[in-house]
Amino acid sequence: MTTLPRRSLLAAGLFLGLTGMALAQAPAPAGERFITVASTTSTQDSGLFNHILPLFKAKTGIEVRVISQGTGQALDTGRRGDADVVFVHAKAQELKFVEEGFSTERRPVMYNDFVLIGPKSDPAGVAGTKDIVAALKKIQEKAAPFVSRGDKSGTHAAELNLWKVAGIDIAAQKGPWYREIGQGMGAALNTSGAMGAYVLSDRATWISFKNRGDLVISVEGDQRLFNQYGVMSVNPAKHPHVKVADGKLFADWLTSPEGQKAIADYKIDGQQLFFPNAGQAGA
Amino acid sequence: MLSITSILPLTVEAAAFSGDGKLLVEPNSFTIPAGGLTVLLGPNGAGKSLTLRLCHGLLTPSRGAVRWAAGAEGRGKRHAMVFQKPIMLRRSVEANITHALAAAGANSAERKARAAQALQRFGLAERASQPARLLSGGEQQRLAIGRAWALRPELLFLDEPTSQLDPAATRQIEELLSGLVAEGITVMMSTHDLGQARRLADRVLFLHRGRLVEDAPAKDFFAGPHSAEARAFLAGELLW
Amino acid sequence: MDVGAIFQAAFALVVGLDPGFLGIVFLSLRVTLTAVLIAALIGLPLGAALALARFPGRSAIIVCLNALMGLPPVVAGLAVFLLLSRSGPLGPLGLLFTPTAMIIAQVLLVLPIVIALTRQVIEDLWSEYRDHLRSVGLDGLRAIPTLLFDGRFALATALLAGFGRASAEVGAVLIVGGNIAGYTRTMTTAITLETSKGDLPLALGLGLVLLSLTLAINAIAFGASRIGARYAG
Repeated sequence: MTTLPRRSLLAAGLFLGLTGMALAQAPAPAGERFITVASTTSTQDSGLFNHILPLFKAKTGIEVRVISQGTGQALDTGRRGDADVVFVHAKAQELKFVEEGFSTERRPVMYNDFVLIGPKSDPAGVAGTKDIVAALKKIQEKAAPFVSRGDKSGTHAAELNLWKVAGIDIAAQKGPWYREIGQGMGAALNTSGAMGAYVLSDRATWISFKNRGDLVISVEGDQRLFNQYGVMSVNPAKHPHVKVADGKLFADWLTSPEGQKAIADYKIDGQQLFFPNAGQAGA
Repeated sequence: MLSITSILPLTVEAAAFSGDGKLLVEPNSFTIPAGGLTVLLGPNGAGKSLTLRLCHGLLTPSRGAVRWAAGAEGRGKRHAMVFQKPIMLRRSVEANITHALAAAGANSAERKARAAQALQRFGLAERASQPARLLSGGEQQRLAIGRAWALRPELLFLDEPTSQLDPAATRQIEELLSGLVAEGITVMMSTHDLGQARRLADRVLFLHRGRLVEDAPAKDFFAGPHSAEARAFLAGELLW
Repeated sequence: MDVGAIFQAAFALVVGLDPGFLGIVFLSLRVTLTAVLIAALIGLPLGAALALARFPGRSAIIVCLNALMGLPPVVAGLAVFLLLSRSGPLGPLGLLFTPTAMIIAQVLLVLPIVIALTRQVIEDLWSEYRDHLRSVGLDGLRAIPTLLFDGRFALATALLAGFGRASAEVGAVLIVGGNIAGYTRTMTTAITLETSKGDLPLALGLGLVLLSLTLAINAIAFGASRIGARYAG
């Protein structure tokens, strides 16, 4: 063939070298054990997984690959068979998942609570109250800006439920003050801070959230703000390929004394974020 | 080694060419035997370039045929062509030559050797590794001829090779071509430059508006052309 | 916004050589470079062939290709997601949420660019070289190696354009990769995550690193086109 000019060879060599270097960052060796867990953005954003998953891997050698989505999406991922285990916080939807046959059992794992976050200036005048329903009523009456997850997540489901309990048909009665952003908790907090709006958040994400601006906790402590997490293995009858044994190991570990302790040990700024309650009846 | 049967004479039998629904080259017939320099002469639009392309195989005649004495198609065909504006690859001078040789099927050692020969013969050895496109017009045309010469053609076609060059470069090219003829290469070239035709031609094919009007030895043609068009052309009155 | 904090975060990332951070950078490079390599292997010859061939419907294909250059990354991601999901046609391959899926999605984004730009470059070169190449016996598809080589600088620029597009996108890799920590998290998806966690300095720090990479790539592209101009005379 034609003699190649030296410069072209140099350039080609550089390109191939770079490619080779990047390709040499070998992915997990073929034999590595792993399971895919579909979970929520709130568990991801709070940093819980960074704490407990290495402990699980050290014990079992199983790597847990977490896909973080809204609860609704996570359940759908389980339905499609793209995950081995689903770990979310929307009991009603989880039970439906079991009813549909996509899992054989739902097991409670832990809870945290929701808090109503709002601007320091408190336009709706709800700061300090312990009654979330009264607070929401005031927000709607005063048309104070409110950010909703709007993404079929567990938090979104809880929020919608609270409007219902407050006797407000939010779908019909929402106005420009009610802003659905269709994104995760962190994004919702960012948006609220920028807009000076109220938003329902899980405490864990709030505590680990670094961009608070002038947002503070406006309402907390109401029993109705209780947020329960459950774990489910995807049913092999629906999706034969799921990793049943390893998935069960994970679910077992989460609800075992060891896993429960790991969850309780996770703290930010000395504050515990999640409260293990695997043994609690009716959770 | 391939057979040593010559591809010449080249016989053109009533080869015509139409384009865009118009007849651009009429059915012309002529034969090119081995040796000498034949000039296709005529004003602009006479069909000289088209005729060369028909002979070289770049165009297929719409009617009639172009016949070589022996196989002269595909790889290693023993005729080559140089164009009005030299077509230079975006590579070095030497690489331009070795590329053509590779296309003709020469192996690595042959390519290097024959390219070196050509560079030497055509005075381009010092420029061997320079980008070919940085050469002057005259040098590029020299390279084009050298590149064609390296292919060891029996017949070399040239389409108005000096029309874009200055007089000095033109002289140089003309000398080169005479040298090639002396080596035994048959040359067929077109030109609208009368002086050049007088200087170089052994034989003249005079074309006008696609028709071969006269076919005569150069001496006879320039001494006294038979056709009115040729006479007008020689008098400088036939512009197209 | 505390600019100092941002640059501090970026600096800490690079200098600290934190394995997590390095893993993210190398994964990003691995995915995008592999995608560009594959797109080049497929697209260069295809683009060249498209430049040379003539067949009914050719113009339509060219128009479609040019349009596909602007294919929204999320759409490409969604298409690959539906294909690779366990419930989808290629489910049994188990490729969803892996770097391979990300590479596939990015190939979809880069390939139209490579084919369309190659076609343009080769078509221009062919119209220039045609007579000579045919004269020496390189007609039709046989001319492709010559054209690809002579167009090397312009084509390199095309590949770099493809690289730029792929390394900047987040939609496709997020959907098909799942942003799994330590496995499918790239610079762009990490930025998305850190932003949503409110860790803006870190997100911007990552962004600065990504920008520097893009700048370096563009500098190389510029250099390549300069060298090319020299050879083109």
